[in-house]
Amino acid sequence: MDIDMEVVLQNLTKKFPSRDRKNRGEVIAVNDFTFKIPDGKLIGLLGPSGCGKSTTLNLISGLEKPTSGRIFFGGDDVTELPPENRGIGLVFQNYALYPHLTVEQNILFPLQNLKGKDKLSKEVMLEKAREAAKMVQIDELMDRKPSQLSGGQQQRVAIARALVKMPKVLLLDEPLSNLDARLRLQTREEIRRIQRETGITTIFVTHDQEEAMSISDLIVVMKEGVALQIGKPQEVYDSPANLFVAKFLGTPPINLFHGQVKAGRIYIGENAVMDVGDISDREVYVGVRPEGFLPSEEGALCCKLKGIEVMGRDISIVSENPASLNPTVRAIIGTENKLNLEQEALEEGNEVRFSLIPHKVFLFDRETEERIQFEESGL
Amino acid sequence: MIRKKFRDSGLKGWLYLLPAILFLGAFMVYPLIDVFIYSFEEGYNSASQTYFGIGSYNYSYVLHDPYFLQAVKNTFLLVIITVPLSTGIALLISVGLNSIKSLRNLFQTVYFLPYVTNTLAVGLVFMILFKKTAYSDGFINLILHWFGAGPVDFIDGPYWAKMFVLCFYTIWVVMPFKILILTSALASVNQEYYRAARVDGTSGFRIFMRITLPMISPMIFYLVITGFIGAFKAYSDVVALFGTDLNAAQMNTIVGYVYDMLYGDSGGYPSYASAAAILLFAIVLTITCINLLISRKSVQD
Repeated sequence: MDIDMEVVLQNLTKKFPSRDRKNRGEVIAVNDFTFKIPDGKLIGLLGPSGCGKSTTLNLISGLEKPTSGRIFFGGDDVTELPPENRGIGLVFQNYALYPHLTVEQNILFPLQNLKGKDKLSKEVMLEKAREAAKMVQIDELMDRKPSQLSGGQQQRVAIARALVKMPKVLLLDEPLSNLDARLRLQTREEIRRIQRETGITTIFVTHDQEEAMSISDLIVVMKEGVALQIGKPQEVYDSPANLFVAKFLGTPPINLFHGQVKAGRIYIGENAVMDVGDISDREVYVGVRPEGFLPSEEGALCCKLKGIEVMGRDISIVSENPASLNPTVRAIIGTENKLNLEQEALEEGNEVRFSLIPHKVFLFDRETEERIQFEESGL
Repeated sequence: MIRKKFRDSGLKGWLYLLPAILFLGAFMVYPLIDVFIYSFEEGYNSASQTYFGIGSYNYSYVLHDPYFLQAVKNTFLLVIITVPLSTGIALLISVGLNSIKSLRNLFQTVYFLPYVTNTLAVGLVFMILFKKTAYSDGFINLILHWFGAGPVDFIDGPYWAKMFVLCFYTIWVVMPFKILILTSALASVNQEYYRAARVDGTSGFRIFMRITLPMISPMIFYLVITGFIGAFKAYSDVVALFGTDLNAAQMNTIVGYVYDMLYGDSGGYPSYASAAAILLFAIVLTITCINLLISRKSVQD
């Protein structure tokens, strides 16, 4: 596409009247959201349920009107435009395919709505519908009813219907949540491919961090209507802005410990695990990614072993530590360490020691839960 | 072994069905067969339980009876006028109700009131509205008078006026149930479809024709079929409006004719009544089958 179709959200706010009868306040679904979505990229809005990500999508689509703030598509203010004049395609979470129409009729539906000078001849409409169907590889199924299709096929029809008018922005609401695990993997590749082929700026909403991380050019982590962090998936993973983002990204989740910084050293319980340069003494949360542990006999962090889980590709060492916020500490070790491990006495209850990989360790303020940057210097 | 056989033969299933089968058999199937037999017994006398012979004379008599033909004409007119009109108007009102937010419950209650009101009370109200007496021309005639139209005797007057009152009354009485069914059908349509249609810029009319109507079409067909059956069986409404001497008033219905043949002043002919009842049964069965055939073709599942 030659038009630059960046989407800009400016101080976007959406308040809903509270449904609680006793407390007639307002619920702020989206709070002062400012973000620029670059042209032709795939963006994942990520957050737990109720964080305002779907509302944000609805605001972009025009199905909801913002309480304040503006929305721009490629420089044009579309805040007051109804959905049909924004040039968007929207794929609903449960697809919203019209059950009484065939696949072809469903895809044709948006085209048949065109009026006046945009009106298309029957042949052109059919041609466009066939093109869209081919794009998502359902051109064999044109005469079926949605009820005769599998979940994945329905999803494709929904995408074809959203694409048939060649929208400037494609919006997907939880596109994979209704699919089973295997199909989910396949469909997310599919969404990536379609987005690449069409070059349409695409925004999708998900609560599944793996989904967002795997296909997005950029992810936006949201919580309670606020965008906490925006960035490339790997950057956000490697450098979370605060405790929430660190906890939300990554499977298995990050291991968290109560810790202290004393005289430039991080302490987890009694163990001094790392030097952190000149940070004033304070109470902190220490976050360690599962891949940030290295089992070694001289390791600084001492835990009680609970078990080993061998997953083929890698090994999880599950252990306990009194300072841990999670019930167990989970360390993931590549299989190349296997030999090293087997020599140790790996029985439950034994002590296991880890040294920490500095760039996999994050410090968060106990009060604000914001990240505390430190110089990596190891121990 | 025995237990397995018992399970496989489906005997258990039949056992569950037994109460319903007994009940339906005794009170539906047996009477139907009995009436069918009566309808061929010529000159049956219920007091002496005797008859002269077996043949189709009863049918021939009924089909040549001008009162029966009048009743058939009345019934068909009633069906053809009231079923589409009441369903159509109920649909309009339901769509209206569905699209307003405030006062919706109030209006729903108001529209449902006729359903829980006593038929006789309703009949009385219609009498006051339409009847012309020595003292007053009735409320409707008062309104007609304002528009410069002459007074019409709706209850004892010309045929078309009586037919009008009957249809008006029938539509009014069956409306609440249809509105109830249709509003709930409309409310059960997933809002997501409307949102999808809005994103695609679908006009309100097209949304109604291409989405709403197909989605609620099973309910509409249900109402049409039950409406047909109900209207074919009309009787009490006619009595409430025009009294018991319906043949004289030219307002008899098929059910009314059957009743008159059995118990009316000119009654005591169970054979003729049975023949008329079987004819009504055949008509309703045919129409319902046609309805079902059409619905199977066009209703979306």
